[in-house]
Amino acid sequence: MQSEMIRRAKELLADGTVNRVIGWKAGEFDYDITPAVFTCPEQLDEGFLYNDFCQANVSKYLIKESRKEGKILAFLKPCDTYSFNQLIKEHRIWRDNVYVIGVPCDGKVDVDTVKQKGLQGILSMQCDGQTVTAQTLYGEEKFDKADSMSDRCLNCKSKKHVAYDELMGEEGEVLDSHRFDMVEKIEAMSSEERFNFWRGELSRCIRCNACRNVCPACTCEKCVFDNDASGIAQKAAADSFEENMFHIIRAFHVASRCTDCGECSRVCPQNIPLHLLNRKFIKDINEFYGEYQAGEDTTTRPPLQAYTTGDVEPSIVYQKGGNN
Amino acid sequence: MQRIGVFVCHCGTNIAGTVDVHAVAEALKMEPGVVFSIDYQYMCSEAGQNIVKDAIKEHKLTGVVICSCSPRMHEGTFRKAAASVGLNPYMVEIANIREQCSWIHKDKQTATEKAIILGKAAIAKVHLNAPLTAGTSPVTKRALVIGGGIAGIQTALDIADAGFEVDIVEKNPTIGGKMTQIDKTFPTLDCAACILTPKMVDCAQNDKIKIYSYSEVTDVKGFVGNFTVTIKRKARYVDETKCTGCGECTEKCPMKKVPNEFNLGLDTRRAIYIPFAQAVPKVATIDPDYCNMIKNGKCGLCAKVCGAGAIDYKQQDQFIEEKYGAIVVATGFNPIKLDNFDEFAYSQSPDVVTSLEFERLTNAAGPTAGTLLRPSDGKHPHTIVFVQCVGSRDTSGCGKPYCSKICCMYTAKHAMLTREKYPDTDVYVFYIDVRTPGKNFDEFYRRAVEQYGVHYIKGMVGKVVPQSDGTLKVQASDLISNEQLHIDADMVVLATAIEPDKSARSLGTMLTASMDTNDFFTEAHPKLRPVESPTAGVFLSGACQGPKDIPETVAQAGAAASKVIGLLVKDSLTCNPCVAHSNELMCNGCSACEKVCPYGAITYMDKEFKMPDRTVAIRRVASVNEAVCQGCGACTVACPSGAMDLKGFSNSQIMAEVDAICK
Repeated sequence: MQSEMIRRAKELLADGTVNRVIGWKAGEFDYDITPAVFTCPEQLDEGFLYNDFCQANVSKYLIKESRKEGKILAFLKPCDTYSFNQLIKEHRIWRDNVYVIGVPCDGKVDVDTVKQKGLQGILSMQCDGQTVTAQTLYGEEKFDKADSMSDRCLNCKSKKHVAYDELMGEEGEVLDSHRFDMVEKIEAMSSEERFNFWRGELSRCIRCNACRNVCPACTCEKCVFDNDASGIAQKAAADSFEENMFHIIRAFHVASRCTDCGECSRVCPQNIPLHLLNRKFIKDINEFYGEYQAGEDTTTRPPLQAYTTGDVEPSIVYQKGGNN
Repeated sequence: MQRIGVFVCHCGTNIAGTVDVHAVAEALKMEPGVVFSIDYQYMCSEAGQNIVKDAIKEHKLTGVVICSCSPRMHEGTFRKAAASVGLNPYMVEIANIREQCSWIHKDKQTATEKAIILGKAAIAKVHLNAPLTAGTSPVTKRALVIGGGIAGIQTALDIADAGFEVDIVEKNPTIGGKMTQIDKTFPTLDCAACILTPKMVDCAQNDKIKIYSYSEVTDVKGFVGNFTVTIKRKARYVDETKCTGCGECTEKCPMKKVPNEFNLGLDTRRAIYIPFAQAVPKVATIDPDYCNMIKNGKCGLCAKVCGAGAIDYKQQDQFIEEKYGAIVVATGFNPIKLDNFDEFAYSQSPDVVTSLEFERLTNAAGPTAGTLLRPSDGKHPHTIVFVQCVGSRDTSGCGKPYCSKICCMYTAKHAMLTREKYPDTDVYVFYIDVRTPGKNFDEFYRRAVEQYGVHYIKGMVGKVVPQSDGTLKVQASDLISNEQLHIDADMVVLATAIEPDKSARSLGTMLTASMDTNDFFTEAHPKLRPVESPTAGVFLSGACQGPKDIPETVAQAGAAASKVIGLLVKDSLTCNPCVAHSNELMCNGCSACEKVCPYGAITYMDKEFKMPDRTVAIRRVASVNEAVCQGCGACTVACPSGAMDLKGFSNSQIMAEVDAICK
């Protein structure tokens, strides 16, 4: 797939359709692949990568990139296309300046999931699509790829591209995932257990802002947390409560706009399962206002920004809030 | 730094009884910026207002905090007082220490503490207040009445009488509403049609009144004085301008088996029909669910016989947009469905009927031409049992918790008329209470009992069992003699509870007019503003606001009309200067605010911005049309980056209030 992508990118550069390509290149480690912009065929040959470690969602980069001179070629995985559509809907990406090629994805290897199996001293890591092979200080270790993926890939919501100009490989389908299982578990907790669960998770937050900076729904010109006039601007937290509030406010801001791409949890250096907060909102919205998938298209209104006479009454939302 | 004056009102003992008002005034004196603080018995009185005015002049106040009742009560009073001595009225803030403090607390110490905190919050807000200037907006001198029953008709006639144009939107093919189905009216027993149909004709002939029959309101935009309403004119497949109402088509139509809703399904009508002889407008309507021509293209008989060429099978629903200054809701009521009351055998026997069906069975224009006959076999009933409170005053959850109010009187009417016309009939009425508060009401009820010999029995019917011989076995209890009764009845009449029309809920949402838990529209004040909804420019007429009989409905309809006239005579209304504005430097152009704006006040433009790195970027930013914005604040909540803010209720002012409370 990688060589095919490079070949096609070169063609589009050569015929002048695009003048840049956004994709992925090697990072510090084998498993740490980062988004990159390529401007000539040589750079593509040298650095362009597409393998089982290309987790990053490049849609958000297109906000800035699409406003530059000339058209850019973007390779988007199925879940990236949802973010792409959502950003089109919010007028953040200039669609005319982007040429999208949909590329298939059968789940990406997540190093944190592998590390949780006790793997240490990683020297290199490869994946052939089935098996992950790691060379470590203590010898070689092998894992099934299926066991080496993060929650978002294991519970993949869709293998279908919802936006593209052309497609590479076979088109997939929207999947019937189990992504709300963990949310249901948390819902079933008593309020005290649930409070302790989140205090435990969120107390590890170091306010690095990585979740916000990577989130394709967090695209404000100026974030309220960076705005001194907002009254909630970033400052040294007086207590862990403020850390909790940061994530809760962020979840509210992206509610009904979050496509559940899971980037927030991927980039969190403290491994806080932030995507669960967003999934709780998605699950509630589905139950209150009917099934809704943000980014599925570029026109339908997000449920929290649409008001219909069939909307549930606030009292029902209140009851659902529950006191169990 | 502001120079703030604090004025604490005793409100007689309303506040001073629970709050140490002097302590509040003393404590607030210590707040930063406060240069004057005083308490007084009635701040809203002329003497009280003079204290405020004198203090503004003497202490050169730049901000005023009144600790008193709700701002809904007297904010306007104090703003006017401030303006009269040259202080911008929007520099006045109210701390509500009555409804939100003294009235809900018992302990003086905690109430006093809370009053001080509420005062501090208001002071914190005033520090961030800025003078605002109100503009004006014009008034569209035209009213809309939604619903063409007796309530809507009376309101429209009264508005038109004052010289204003008024449109009636009625969802049925004819105006007239429930009153057209009623036979006689209590307590005078005059014929409903005789007093209603002249009013219907008046509506049709009045050149100020336009009737949109067979139409529905589908969208409402705008605000008091400037509503834009979308009306769906349902396809009736007959050209209203051509149809003469001759009725030829309704006699020739071969589809004869359509349940006739005017007679509540007790007889049938054709697929093309005029609901009744006095219908207004007297125009035929084709029922597309039954018309063979529309369903499968076979027939076309009505088009052949129509001399006027009015039939148009290709007619489509039309949507028209009209502008109005005021809207009157007159959507009325319906009897509830009786699915939850199977013990009365309504679904098992045709001889168990609702009171409205009974009206049709005794009406000269009804299915039996006015002779009371049992629906099952067309024989005269000799024993009739009336059951009151079917679904009313029901706290079990099956029915409605409220009293439907009209049932006691119409049941007495039914019983009395039955005994008068058919003296050989035994009439029983089972009741929980008989409620007759109204002019000549109790006299009427007593006449039914004393002169007409109706058997009134306090108690409830437990079960009605249809027998094989066609009679109905009624099992009931007599609570006064404490015995079980078994009556073999020929007919049972259920005084069914009434509920607001189903269209009310979605209409309430469109109008942002609040409703109670039973879907009755809420009035702005239950005693002092009974015909106004809390939403400015929206008025209430008739049973959509609560169960009402005809005299009450007509009285309220007239009252609503007078409120509408009071609004429409004005050439312009003062706008609210507390409107939203967008900080373009922070706006993303994401359209969240535009989507939630109920007034369509927000538009977007592409604008050039000089960026910090000396480049020029084109950005999509929101801008607010201040003449259209009503200051509801929905956009400020939807905006993720806080670029939208509301003058007079800015994010920072609200945060300052919260901080002052939490300190």
